[in-house]
Amino acid sequence: MIDPVTLAVLKGRLEQLADEMDATLFRSAFNPIIAEAHDASHGLYHRDTGATLVQGKSGLPVFVGVMAFAVKAVIDKARRDGDLGDGDVYIFNDPYDGGTHLSDFKLVRPYFRDGGLFCYLASVGHWHDVGGNVPGNYNPAATESYQEGMHIPPVKLCVKGTLRQDIVDILQANSRQPGSLYGDLNGQLNALDLGVRRLDALLDAYGAAVIEEAFAELTARAAQLMRANIAELPDGTFSCDDFLDNDGIIDRPLKIALDLRKTGDRLTLDFSRSAPGCAGPVNIARSTAIAACYVTLKHVFQDVPANAGVLEPIDIVIPDGSILAATAPKPVGGYTETILRIGDVIFGALAKAAPERSNGPAYGTINALSLAGHRHDGRRWVMFSFFGGGHGGHPEGDGLNHGNAPISTATIPPIEILEAAYPVMFTQWALRPDSGGPGEHRGGLGAIYEIELLEENAEVFLFGERGRFPPRGVAGGGDAALNRFLFEQDDGFHEPPMASKIVGVTIKCGQHVRIESPGGGGYGAAERRDPAAVAADLRLGYITAEAAARDYPAAADALRRRAAE
Amino acid sequence: MTKRSLIVGVDVGGTFTDLFFFDQDDGSCLVGKVPSTRGDASLGFLDGLRGGAKDLRTLATVIHGTTVGTNALLERKGAKTGLITTRGFRDVLEMRRRDRPRTWGLWGQFVPIVSRDLRLEVAERTLADGTMREPVDAEDVKTAARELLRLGAEACCIFFVNAYANAENERAAFAAVKSVWPNEYVVASSQILPEIREYERASTTALNAYLQPVVGDYLQRIDQSLREEGFGGQILIVQSNGGVMTVESARRLPIRTALSGPAAGVIAASHIAASAGYPNVITCDMGGTSFDVSLVVDGASALAAETAIDFGLVVRTAMIEITTIGAGGGSIAWVDRGGVLQIGPQSAGADPGPVCYGLGGDEPTVTDANLVLGRINAERPIGGKLARLDVGAARDAVERRIGAPLKLDAVAAADAIIRVANARMAGAIRLVSIERGHDPKDFVILPFGGGGALHAGALAREVGLAKALVPRYPGVTSALGCLIADMRHDYVQTINRLLDEIDTAALDATIRGFDRDGAELLDHAEMRFEARATIYELDMSYVGQTHTISVPLPPAAELSRETILAAFEARYREIYGRLLDGIAIRLLNVRVAVIGKRSKFDLTLLAPDPGTTVAAARRGSRRVFAEGNWHETTIFERLALPVAARIAGPALFEQPDTTVFLAPGDEAEVDRFGNLLMFRQP
Repeated sequence: MIDPVTLAVLKGRLEQLADEMDATLFRSAFNPIIAEAHDASHGLYHRDTGATLVQGKSGLPVFVGVMAFAVKAVIDKARRDGDLGDGDVYIFNDPYDGGTHLSDFKLVRPYFRDGGLFCYLASVGHWHDVGGNVPGNYNPAATESYQEGMHIPPVKLCVKGTLRQDIVDILQANSRQPGSLYGDLNGQLNALDLGVRRLDALLDAYGAAVIEEAFAELTARAAQLMRANIAELPDGTFSCDDFLDNDGIIDRPLKIALDLRKTGDRLTLDFSRSAPGCAGPVNIARSTAIAACYVTLKHVFQDVPANAGVLEPIDIVIPDGSILAATAPKPVGGYTETILRIGDVIFGALAKAAPERSNGPAYGTINALSLAGHRHDGRRWVMFSFFGGGHGGHPEGDGLNHGNAPISTATIPPIEILEAAYPVMFTQWALRPDSGGPGEHRGGLGAIYEIELLEENAEVFLFGERGRFPPRGVAGGGDAALNRFLFEQDDGFHEPPMASKIVGVTIKCGQHVRIESPGGGGYGAAERRDPAAVAADLRLGYITAEAAARDYPAAADALRRRAAE
Repeated sequence: MTKRSLIVGVDVGGTFTDLFFFDQDDGSCLVGKVPSTRGDASLGFLDGLRGGAKDLRTLATVIHGTTVGTNALLERKGAKTGLITTRGFRDVLEMRRRDRPRTWGLWGQFVPIVSRDLRLEVAERTLADGTMREPVDAEDVKTAARELLRLGAEACCIFFVNAYANAENERAAFAAVKSVWPNEYVVASSQILPEIREYERASTTALNAYLQPVVGDYLQRIDQSLREEGFGGQILIVQSNGGVMTVESARRLPIRTALSGPAAGVIAASHIAASAGYPNVITCDMGGTSFDVSLVVDGASALAAETAIDFGLVVRTAMIEITTIGAGGGSIAWVDRGGVLQIGPQSAGADPGPVCYGLGGDEPTVTDANLVLGRINAERPIGGKLARLDVGAARDAVERRIGAPLKLDAVAAADAIIRVANARMAGAIRLVSIERGHDPKDFVILPFGGGGALHAGALAREVGLAKALVPRYPGVTSALGCLIADMRHDYVQTINRLLDEIDTAALDATIRGFDRDGAELLDHAEMRFEARATIYELDMSYVGQTHTISVPLPPAAELSRETILAAFEARYREIYGRLLDGIAIRLLNVRVAVIGKRSKFDLTLLAPDPGTTVAAARRGSRRVFAEGNWHETTIFERLALPVAARIAGPALFEQPDTTVFLAPGDEAEVDRFGNLLMFRQP
């Protein structure tokens, strides 16, 4: 039995190993989605099951959990082929087995010790462009994943340490950004090399048996910790339903419904009442759905470590054919919107079970906006960015104004960098008053971004959500504002027929596009809000007088009376 | 007239104000320590000075490392500040870069230092290429400034979008505000940081305005009090970049003092180590709540371009890179619900402090564990505020909170706390060394401050560092650093052009302008410099990359596209190995540092008295637990050990400001400066 001190020390060493793999890729990656937005992740995985043993802390939260499925896909493939060797590296982006979407390339490398397989190392990163109909691969009109990008099943990128250039050639030939792809691929290989070196040193120092024992023990303790967290919730069934606006093809709401059942120290997340698979790209694979559950639970139970043990006391129920169990070739490019909604219903259901542990949902859409055109000298330009919104009110206070999506830790590029790089001028970059859900603790504010085109013509693409169903308040709190997108034409501003999704509408020089993003949901009943907080919100312009009278009538009356005196 | 012969370094910390006096005439030194005075730090400052110099007229130069700015930022006690900005952009400061305080958990909040009602907009616009699309109307600006005054603003900050590319509108607005503003606290972003990235520039400028009245008043008080007592010398302030500046510069650019105190410590540490023959050093400062690590390679500190003082309080000025983790002497040990031993990040702080202080703390800390293991002398607490430490209470707490759940006795539990704490600190050291591609065998670890010397030997072993080097006076390292820091002024200007489109004549003029400005400041400093130096650096990348690399330009090189290209390619190859053919190259920023080198303090002046002997330094023994056993361990009065003394571990070295622990199997040697070098016996 491993002693508790060695265990605590090894826990730190193993986490640092994974963190260092993350850092290696962030520094050497070519594309900003990895380098700046940290849309990547690394870890160590079980040699038989693919279960997560250790995962870095700095990678994209949603990958924590999804990678186990990616490694399992490689394990199955290697078993079928029977030719797993030391120095092999598998590569693939299949989203049905490996989770998320086609942009995320997974590299999986077996780690051998003393002639035997010890564990797997894996690296995942979001590549800039992987083919398909739309540059950057957010195609709201996709009806099959073939329209979203190239498909690579698990294949050997390296055989016994030798890179297969023919595979690299195939990958590069299928991308609009072959140079960026090459740089990111090398960055991921470097990260895996580094992981192997660090693991060698750790095994030399402690011996394989001790490390293996530490893996087992850390997994068992994570499960124990999660059970202790669950046990503190009241027994019962708690439900929360929410909706996606549409799938981008058919304008019909899609239900995401959760029945959260808690018994003793086990939790069941039952999504059976959710919509069936849809035509457009808001389907997600089962593995992605499970990862989304994990991410949300980790936001609530922050002390649980990133390994498979955390999911041991949790049963996740998703029927075949569900929007949350997509199979080939259902389009999955907009997976981000659906997993945000999974998070929202978990927060909502938990708020019914234990409001002191939960919070209002965040703004709930990534608003992936592309503006693309040609400069007067003929050069092509594509500005692609995600936008922010408010976080939900929570037991300790109001929600954060203008935060990032809970599934990510990405930051937004500076206006000045965007204006220097593309023919655009921002005319507004501001907090959006009245966008946070009212409540005892108000939701944080979303934002207004307005952009003027400075070149001849540009095509506009947007992939967003929450245009029809706002982020809901919890524990008696009110709803946030809807997401709103406007594009200017000769006859004025228009909203897209699909609310927050549009493909290839053209705007002219001097015309604008405008995003008004939602805030977060409110927490607690609005009538319990401190009148002084309402007064401060008015003074600072976080809410308008009109909204104050509507949402906080008693406090607004009192303020009016005091002003009159 | 009294002769001005004393140079004094003064480091005002949270608990103590440390002073280091050096007499230039007779080479004598004196170390001083007085309690810091919360509220008005200048009082403790003056007390300390009077303690070492009976007559303030004998002071030639006072060099000050200050945390007044840092504390004002952390405690949000800056001035009420107003902002005037481009129409449409008043929320830049509050929207940040769309981040959140922590990766996990969504309960964060952010209160900007300039509240929304004090952020006013005026019509004006400059484009990214510097084209002025809409000039600013001075009357609009004056109206806004008057409104800010009416709302009670004391300082005013002007920030316009793209002002880095063309500052004309900002300059006009600055003049307009000055014409109505009743004090000197007005600042424009292009004066502070003419660098692309609006949030970082706005934040740095606003924080500068926020600090100006606080730091300005403080320096004014010190200056005035000293002059009243006849002081006729020069006061210099340590900047976060490890260089010093005049009081006048500090009052204009107080944001550059944000990490003044820690920077001085690193400067001293690198000088001490380099003098002792170790140009590669990892410095560590173990305080009550945190462990700060910094890397020095070939005698030069790593500089970071940007740091966040707190969530959303981004400061972008050159500063010594310091990595901090929450593991200090006061960090609390606990067993999580999964049964894993954890250290920190919660800390018992100074109040109630560790259990052994007897001030009401009941959660065991790293200090309590050291006490239980016999490594700290219960009868001789550091700092001198407590008479003795309560070993029994510490042992009980360790046994109850850690021993019971882990099924260990009190001693094994205390040993576990130290091993896990060491593992966390070792992790921070790996982060700045191994993870940056450095071989730990090439480095020594140098602990300063009170706590690090107990752990330095273990950390050296765990990470594989060559040696641990404990300076003779670890407690006053920062004050000593003040004494030896060079004068330094940093400048930056965004260019943001492709290399093929660079106007090298204009670039040359920009560089020369900075050169001239820096030289002027050095000239006016009324100081003798041993030498002057300038550092020219370009931030460059391939088009498409988001991270730039810093490309040094040889000072004498003739500026042409060819020389810039050659410098870029050499640097890129050095960092990444392979050049990328056919991809255009971008020059983002030009940076210039103008440095006045000051004569270095001769550390042999601190060396032990020749009359000392090892035998006379012995102070009995006590039992210490290490590596699984109790050892009867000799105690030495550290400052009484002679040069070249060699002692085999286990041993304890005690001195007023720290305790050094030498583990069994390690060996220690006193070098000619009085430093204690610890290493594993070959």
